[in-house]
Amino acid sequence: MDARELIARRAALLLGPGETVALGIGLPTLVGNHIDPRLKVVLFAEDGVAGIGPRPRPGEEDVDMINAGGEPITRTPETATFDSAVAFALVRGGRLDAAVLGTMQVSEAGDIASWKTPGGHSPGMGGGMELAAKARRVVVLTRMATRSGEPKIVPRCSMPLTAPRAADVIVSELGLFEVTPEGLTLRERARAATVEQVRAATPCRLIVTEPVAVMEDRIEAAIAAAETGETP
Amino acid sequence: MRRRRLAGSGSHGKVIDLEQAMTLFADGGSFLFGGFGSIGTPPLLIEGLLAKGVRGLTIIGNDAGYPSHGVGRLISAGRVARAVVSHIGSNPMAIEQMNAGTLSVEFVPQGTLAERIRAGGAGLGGILVDVGMGTEVEEGKRTVVVDGRPYMLEPAIRAPLAIVLADVADAYGNLRYRGTARNFNPLVAMAADVVIAEARELVPAGTLDPDSVHTPGAFVDYVLPGSPRPAGVPAPKT
Repeated sequence: MDARELIARRAALLLGPGETVALGIGLPTLVGNHIDPRLKVVLFAEDGVAGIGPRPRPGEEDVDMINAGGEPITRTPETATFDSAVAFALVRGGRLDAAVLGTMQVSEAGDIASWKTPGGHSPGMGGGMELAAKARRVVVLTRMATRSGEPKIVPRCSMPLTAPRAADVIVSELGLFEVTPEGLTLRERARAATVEQVRAATPCRLIVTEPVAVMEDRIEAAIAAAETGETP
Repeated sequence: MRRRRLAGSGSHGKVIDLEQAMTLFADGGSFLFGGFGSIGTPPLLIEGLLAKGVRGLTIIGNDAGYPSHGVGRLISAGRVARAVVSHIGSNPMAIEQMNAGTLSVEFVPQGTLAERIRAGGAGLGGILVDVGMGTEVEEGKRTVVVDGRPYMLEPAIRAPLAIVLADVADAYGNLRYRGTARNFNPLVAMAADVVIAEARELVPAGTLDPDSVHTPGAFVDYVLPGSPRPAGVPAPKT
């Protein structure tokens, strides 16, 4: 399992039955491939759709049906389309159970910075501020470091914030972290990583309570349960 | 009855052609546009603006489109001076021009932008919102406390013109959008002095099921028919 698949598969297990969930652009989009269909999770996108099915087969794309990343989508039995004011009423009004988001940086307090690099690549916040600030649960998916080796899970964000104290859970290729009032807590580690390796890659005050569970164990248990038809 | 500048055709005098529509635009003007990643942005009107050569435009809508789609085409051609948007990540030309200082970009969180436009259309002065507090967005904003909770006061947005893309319009200007191409369209269609709806299908007044109308014709000044129906998009049922 490569890093992206590990992160996406573990994140998919954080979603509950019947929840309305937004998946951000990039790595978070992959989570959609791994959600147990029996959970009837309803995927939402802020361009105005709830009830997003899999990517259409080539040649069957409908130009009027896209997600917020501009990718073609299909309908499900739950699908509704609506305007952007309604889309954000759903988000701000507390009807979005979870948002799974990528980020440039995330701090040990859950601050998210994902929209602006001063003097560099500044795509804008899009709907990211609403999703980060108002989803009932925010799951941040991130690699431990940028391509140039800078840590992405940091004591304090150096980049402009998308939302302060927004992340509840952080999933990376080395571990699953929970943002708690006591501080950043390592709940699970990747099978290939020791707790010391996770610590070394995380320049934060990290709370660790042994034994730390293994991310792949959770994923394999879920796959086995799906194969035997066990209720999720 | 509103006095319209242009003598259109159709049962309500609202149906115009592209040439007539273009007489409403001038250098340095500003307009609201519908669309999200160019889906739902009226292609004929963008084409017309490019051909007319207007420049120094201020555009207000969700995003900067793509370099060769939606309002992104106007940006690529250097016709836009200022963009009030939530996102420009799909258009590298916009990022390049912003960094070079030739395009002024005001970023507004997407939901706040949608609601400010809705407020403009609804005749309100502004909205109270807390999204963006504790970030750069809060800088310079007035805070209003309601029931002990702080909010930022964000002013409503209106513009002299708005352009929208409808799947179906009737001759009175009742509009129906399709799928995720709806996005900002019904909001901008309420928030301008002059509203132009480009439509893939024009039907006689009285044909659309009133329950399926998304934008009432009272908001719409002009209908421009003939927007190309993309491959795979079925003809509408009225």
